[in-house]
Amino acid sequence: MEIALNSEEVKQISPLGGSVDPGFKREIKDTCGEDVMSCYQCGECTAGCPAAFSMDIAPNQIMRMTQLGMKDEVLASSSIWLCAGCETCATRCPRGVALSKVMDSCRQIAVKEGRKVKEPNVLKFHDQFLKEVSRFGRVHELTLMGMYKMRSKRFFDDVILGIPMFLKGKLGLIPSFVKGRGEVRKLIKKS
Amino acid sequence: MKYAYFPGCSLESTGREFGESTHLVADELGIELVEIPDWNCCGATSAHNLDHRLSVALPARNLGIAESMGVDVVAPCAACYNRMRGAEVELRGNTAMRDGINADLEKPFTGAVTVKSALEVFTAPEMLENVESKLRKHLKGLKPACYYGCLLIRPPKVLGFDDAEAPRSLDLAMETVGAEPVDWHFKNECCGASFGIAKSDIVVKLTGDILSNAKKNGANCIVTACPLCMTNLEMRQGAAGKLRGEDLTMPIFYFTELLGLAMEVPGVKKYFASHLVDVNPAIDAIEAVTV
Ligand code: SF4
Ligand code: SF4
Repeated sequence: MEIALNSEEVKQISPLGGSVDPGFKREIKDTCGEDVMSCYQCGECTAGCPAAFSMDIAPNQIMRMTQLGMKDEVLASSSIWLCAGCETCATRCPRGVALSKVMDSCRQIAVKEGRKVKEPNVLKFHDQFLKEVSRFGRVHELTLMGMYKMRSKRFFDDVILGIPMFLKGKLGLIPSFVKGRGEVRKLIKKS
Repeated sequence: MKYAYFPGCSLESTGREFGESTHLVADELGIELVEIPDWNCCGATSAHNLDHRLSVALPARNLGIAESMGVDVVAPCAACYNRMRGAEVELRGNTAMRDGINADLEKPFTGAVTVKSALEVFTAPEMLENVESKLRKHLKGLKPACYYGCLLIRPPKVLGFDDAEAPRSLDLAMETVGAEPVDWHFKNECCGASFGIAKSDIVVKLTGDILSNAKKNGANCIVTACPLCMTNLEMRQGAAGKLRGEDLTMPIFYFTELLGLAMEVPGVKKYFASHLVDVNPAIDAIEAVTV
């Protein structure tokens, strides 16, 4: 019997059970310009990554899985949301690949495709941040924190920490508005 | 020397001391800072995370206004600097994106001005000479761990004013004012940045590593040039200490506050009172040597 490896009719299954999408690496390249095939799995990125301890899939594994087209698993990982964007990986990669940009692309693709997000609070925070920018043109930190807490239902976390900040006059009560916020909204809408 | 000043949202609230001390030091050094009129948020990590074009478009509006002022931009906040400079480089290289964004801007950006951080401006060789000539108080006894974090030095291809693995600018500034910066291992590690709110457990772990290493290497304070680092290092000290079972209490300064202190710039001391962590132990260490 002949086994039709890589043929169009055979739906490839990734080792973790999701379907394989060989076009994923191309999609990443189109989004951020990075060629994941350059990665030779040395592990330097993971060794220096400050957030790796909290991720479910290590950064270098994200690269390998992207090479293999394991799109579903990569986009469902917590790793893409726990990447802090610190650029340590991109600075140190001996192959000159910016894994940080691959992480950016994965978040962007996951949001665009409306996928289920493993770390919804991180997304809620960023989303609320941009809503503030759209409303005021700037971010008013007190409003941002309040709105984020409403949406994430984490009302009481850090409230105690916020009190001294407030008393020291660090969190102003009145948001400032940008006069050109119509222009800012246009930029947001187009993007 | 004149610059277009971009405060950004943090320097208007949580990082107010940084913005105001930057102005005081700039005045003393003969640098004129003119605020970019009607500036908007740079988009910070959030735009960058969700939408690449937007992360370029938001800074582009500010860059366009600055270009119409005809002077380079200073953005003291590390996150704003990183986003603004990143957008500048992208807009220079990607003409299609630049034309598209410029079409929506009242004041387009053509690439005539560039973005610098306050650290870069204040630690240029001639500026440090200027600081030295105005030195009134040697900060001997102060043993800062100079903390660069991420956004001021990475990615080096885009920022590149200091070395990404062995940065020196903050250390040079501290040596210039007579302080004795310690050798330590976490100067360019990440504090967790914008995870301060949504993922505070990550920040507690990372700030714990940073504070603990600074202490082990004999620092009596940490010096930073980033309002996010300041907030995380001050707010999470207690929780980080508990997590590690160590006393991690440590004063944190903006480098501009210490430049101001050393040049005895009037008014700079008033910011010490608004710190969340008492800075007096570090100030006392300086006084103990001077007496
Ligand atoms: S450092 Fe670069 S080459 Fe090495 S595993 Fe990470 S991405 Fe791949
Ligand atoms: S940019 Fe993200 S993946 Fe890269 S080292 Fe930093 S946290 Fe880790």
